[in-house]
Amino acid sequence: MAARGTQHWLPPVVGLSTFVAILLGVEILIRAGLINRFIVPLPSEVLASFGRVVAEENIWRRFLLTAWECLASGLLLTVFGIALGVLLHRVRLLRLACETWVAATASAPLVLAYPLFLVLFGRSSLTIIMLAFLAGLAPVILKTIEGLATTRRVLLDVGRSFKLTRAQQFWKIYFPSALPTIFVGIRLGLIFALINVVGVEFLINFGGLGQLINELAERYDLPGTYAAICFVILVSVVFFVTTERAERWLTSAG
Amino acid sequence: MAVASTGNRVTPLPRAESDNAILVAEDIVMRFHTAEGGVVALDDVSFTVSPGEFLAVIGPSGCGKSTLFNIIGGLLGGYDGRVAVAGEKVSGPHPSIGMVFQEESTFPWRNVVDNVAFPLEIAGVPKRERIERARHFVSMVGLDGFEKRHPAELSGGMRQRVSMARTLASEPKILLMDEPFAALDEQTRLLLGDKVLQIQQQLKQTMLLITHNITEAVQLADRILVMTFRPGRVKRIVDIKLPRPRTSEIVSSEAFGRYVAQIWSDLREEASRGLVEAESRARHAGEN
Repeated sequence: MAARGTQHWLPPVVGLSTFVAILLGVEILIRAGLINRFIVPLPSEVLASFGRVVAEENIWRRFLLTAWECLASGLLLTVFGIALGVLLHRVRLLRLACETWVAATASAPLVLAYPLFLVLFGRSSLTIIMLAFLAGLAPVILKTIEGLATTRRVLLDVGRSFKLTRAQQFWKIYFPSALPTIFVGIRLGLIFALINVVGVEFLINFGGLGQLINELAERYDLPGTYAAICFVILVSVVFFVTTERAERWLTSAG
Repeated sequence: MAVASTGNRVTPLPRAESDNAILVAEDIVMRFHTAEGGVVALDDVSFTVSPGEFLAVIGPSGCGKSTLFNIIGGLLGGYDGRVAVAGEKVSGPHPSIGMVFQEESTFPWRNVVDNVAFPLEIAGVPKRERIERARHFVSMVGLDGFEKRHPAELSGGMRQRVSMARTLASEPKILLMDEPFAALDEQTRLLLGDKVLQIQQQLKQTMLLITHNITEAVQLADRILVMTFRPGRVKRIVDIKLPRPRTSEIVSSEAFGRYVAQIWSDLREEASRGLVEAESRARHAGEN
């Protein structure tokens, strides 16, 4: 019983302790002059700047805006990514024709197309959402195809032996079998989307945390800049936990 | 043409016997087209299975056993001949035939009871009722207490029992099994054989087992259909006149040993042919 309790709290405690130890190490290296404090601020200064950033920089509105843009692009890339993945899996010719192109876009720096998106959607959240959506789409499509294609033959035969319709075969066997791989794609897509949301906010000086990082960097407020980056990480953590919960719920519902 | 099950020779089946059968396979011929030309996998395979009977089909690797399994299960078409269940021609998966596969086939995302309830869910049985019925079949295969476990938490033998319970839950007239215990160790296989015998007796279930294991076939079956190496033909059908109800203790009896020896003498020649052909293929592949 005690061992099970220890197993429960030990990993987060070890994780947190490691994080604190790294920060302490960085603090010592900076104070010893081994790391330039004009490039990397003292972790203690970053910690102290949180109150100021929260009080003076309207951080929660910015946090929510960035999170909203990330959520919107995440929903779009999940819906369209899975739908396109299913389509490419079903239509072999289309898959052979397009899969390489889709894979190529995964590594393309789509963020450089932001002037075009500014023309199309204006200097607004829509530009940011659309760019993030397109940047994160490829991994969802590719992982959906992979998940569906690697569904074990014998499971499909079980479905056939029970005379499942095509729709039942998809929803009862293909989809739940592919779900873990599809979620890998969604997580990758969300990472790409968040990078692009913050990057485009930074580039077009609009809205959320990306704009704040831009402004604080312009002011050469290094502790504040790093504090703002911590809020970007918080957005990432929120989405990671949400997708993990969604995967667990969908898997149990399958 | 259907065949009778007695004696050393395969003889035409009298019409009346064919009419009483729940499963009839008649003149099954299956050809595959490969890069090296046509291969006849099954050639003129005919047999019948009576209601409540346990028939085992045994043959060396490559004799077309799994092809026959897929044809009877309705998963494979394009053959000559006829498969009928209770007089109705099988032209695809048939609700009267339940299949248990050689490969592990539980759904990893469902727990045991939800796996077993799967065919009932497809049939639209209300949730409460299907869970209740699924629990009954889980209990029948001896997995009480494991209802909420997922396949990843079970052993190979337990997972195969889940697959069997899932198929039984669809209440098929014929349970068709393709080497369901092939991946298990001998002791587990014998004990699961007991479980299969128990279930067959309890449900009066017609069963057709595809296997390459002689002891398993003799332990379980009323009749054993011995197949030749490629092309797969019916070499002989042997009646197993061991008393029922049986358990795995039967393997130590003298009569059991005689049946095993008899079937091995039939299979030995076929298995040797298979081995020679496999070695010859490997040699050619090495030369090329």
